[in-house]
Amino acid sequence: MRETQGRVLDVAALARVEGEGAMRVRIDGDTVVGVELDIYEPPRFFEALLRGRGYEEPPDITARICGICPVAYQMSSSLAIEQICGVTVDGQLAALRRLLYCGEWIESHALHIYLLHAPDFLGYDGGIAMARDHRDVVERGLRLKQVGNRLMELVGGRAVHPVNVRVGGFYRLPDLDALRAMIPDLQWACGAALDTVSWVAGFDIPDHHGEWDLVSLAGDGEYPIMGRRIVTSAAPDVVPVEEFGAHAVEEHVAHSNALHASWDSRTYLVGPLARYSLNQHLLPPVAREAASAAGLGRECRNPFASIVVRAVELLAACTEALRLVREYEPPGAPSVPVVPRAGVGHGASEAPRGLLYHRYELDERGIVLDATIVPPTSQNQRAIERDLWQVAQAGVSLDDAALTARCEQAIRNYDPCISCATHELDLRIVRA
Amino acid sequence: MSASTPRVAVVKFASCDGCQLTLLDCEDELLGIAGAVDIVHFLEAGGPLLSGPYDLAIVEGSITTAHDAARIRELREQAKVLVSIGACATAGGIQALRNVADVQELAAAVYAHPEYLSTLATSTPISSHVEVDVELRGCPVDKDQLLHVISAYLLGRPPRLDSSPVCIECKRRGTTCVLVAHGTPCLGPVTHGGCGALCPAFDRGCFGCFGPADTVNSTALVGRLRRTMPADAITRLFHTFATDAPGFRAVHAPEEVEP
Repeated sequence: MRETQGRVLDVAALARVEGEGAMRVRIDGDTVVGVELDIYEPPRFFEALLRGRGYEEPPDITARICGICPVAYQMSSSLAIEQICGVTVDGQLAALRRLLYCGEWIESHALHIYLLHAPDFLGYDGGIAMARDHRDVVERGLRLKQVGNRLMELVGGRAVHPVNVRVGGFYRLPDLDALRAMIPDLQWACGAALDTVSWVAGFDIPDHHGEWDLVSLAGDGEYPIMGRRIVTSAAPDVVPVEEFGAHAVEEHVAHSNALHASWDSRTYLVGPLARYSLNQHLLPPVAREAASAAGLGRECRNPFASIVVRAVELLAACTEALRLVREYEPPGAPSVPVVPRAGVGHGASEAPRGLLYHRYELDERGIVLDATIVPPTSQNQRAIERDLWQVAQAGVSLDDAALTARCEQAIRNYDPCISCATHELDLRIVRA
Repeated sequence: MSASTPRVAVVKFASCDGCQLTLLDCEDELLGIAGAVDIVHFLEAGGPLLSGPYDLAIVEGSITTAHDAARIRELREQAKVLVSIGACATAGGIQALRNVADVQELAAAVYAHPEYLSTLATSTPISSHVEVDVELRGCPVDKDQLLHVISAYLLGRPPRLDSSPVCIECKRRGTTCVLVAHGTPCLGPVTHGGCGALCPAFDRGCFGCFGPADTVNSTALVGRLRRTMPADAITRLFHTFATDAPGFRAVHAPEEVEP
């Protein structure tokens, strides 16, 4: 046997992921005997901090769980509290929320595709090194990201932790002229996103078949971003969001400050692969055609191809944003009045990296008695570890550097947001 | 990169990543910055991840574990200039709400096995542990202020960060006062500027995410807010994004209102 016996491979601090985590893979001879994704990002106790706060506060407080996907937190929390208060936000206000959320998808997907994930496929240690050889491509990615941020600034006030979101809608309607002035940029973005799909489809994408159930929101006539129904690949039944907790179970394991989840006791996956595979028919036609041209089937279970799916979703989000801006007619008021009342509410939305569920219990004054937040990365952690095991086993003959790089790439396939998995992640390969 | 190109590290402690993301959000300037300095350690962006010494360390996040307390001391020894960015790094952040709560209770509320966690009872700013050269406020920091601090560093002069409160920025911007005109609760008079008075421009009151201004008369503001707000809501308003900062820490609105 070669040196693979007795080898220890460690990545103590994973790069190009959101937040802080590490990986440990233990290999005995030619057999992987252990895989841990260790989340060491310190816990921040948001669910407990929410107790005793007012009903109008969770959108601002929970946004601080994640600087990359604050809108996801603002939307899931708003939807949950609106359910308690018997309020429905629809029409143009719902369209504005979707537009803001498209901004977050564009920003987050462009960041992940161009700066965090593509360097793995092209052999660079990061986006800045990649820019030395591929300046035009990186500039395209940055400009796409900027379009997403600009949408968030126009509708939300700022790109990180938008200030304009409230339970019931918005504080102020966005400036109509400034929104319409975005049209040329969005037209450019649609073209650039289409080019992005072609670009990533040309990468050398490792083969892998993920064995997990897929879970996402169900689209209601459009590709899902916010919704009240959940679909899975395991069963034909549609699950109301209120029953999320009856299916998804989180447990605390020793090596991680993030909680691990299962769906009906089975490993499951949320995020672009799940959304695409379960809702592909709802993509805008241009995105569906681009997916087909990129070689994606009706279902995609190869996590390494997630970069292609993410690019298809980037195109979908740009296309949607352009449509929403063109069709936007300012509503009479920026928000629907909300009067607090006692009760329990559930909210779910599709953060760029997967389904984000919130549940709140309020008293009659609107004070939060209890809060539960289930972020996408903790739902995915079990699937990531399972994949990591298979990828490490399949690549066991690679040298340490190559195998470590492959394993890190496998983790980035999921665009993990460790800050989100607030409850903490560590990558090490140990060969015994 | 030449030998004189500054070596820059971007380092994170307990936080949401939003402030370092603000650096990546400088889409027009990012590649220019990467050309002017040598970014030798920036975990989220990738790159070489080299150890110190560094000419400039940009630090996000608060200190909440014994391990991080040791890590920031090591970083300080390796960094000629240390800039802390954001509400977590400059005031302990929203997670400093634990400083007034029982951490064991918090952990038990979130985790089934709190014994697996190792965490301090407090969330404290970087300046509570080491000397900090420049502090940049905000949850998140303002992009233009961040670019200004980096440019000033490259030009070899101290950054000029206006310490006017949000209230003054609002007047400069010409926004109608949301507190006086609409009765909307607003922390603008006591909050450190830097955001350009963003919230009032969106018809909402400032919620203090840049922390307390240099001089704060919170008693006067609490009296004004008490006309329209219940005491517990006022106390919560002060105790969110910079709860443990001097100037906000001691504010507790009285139940009884002076007539």
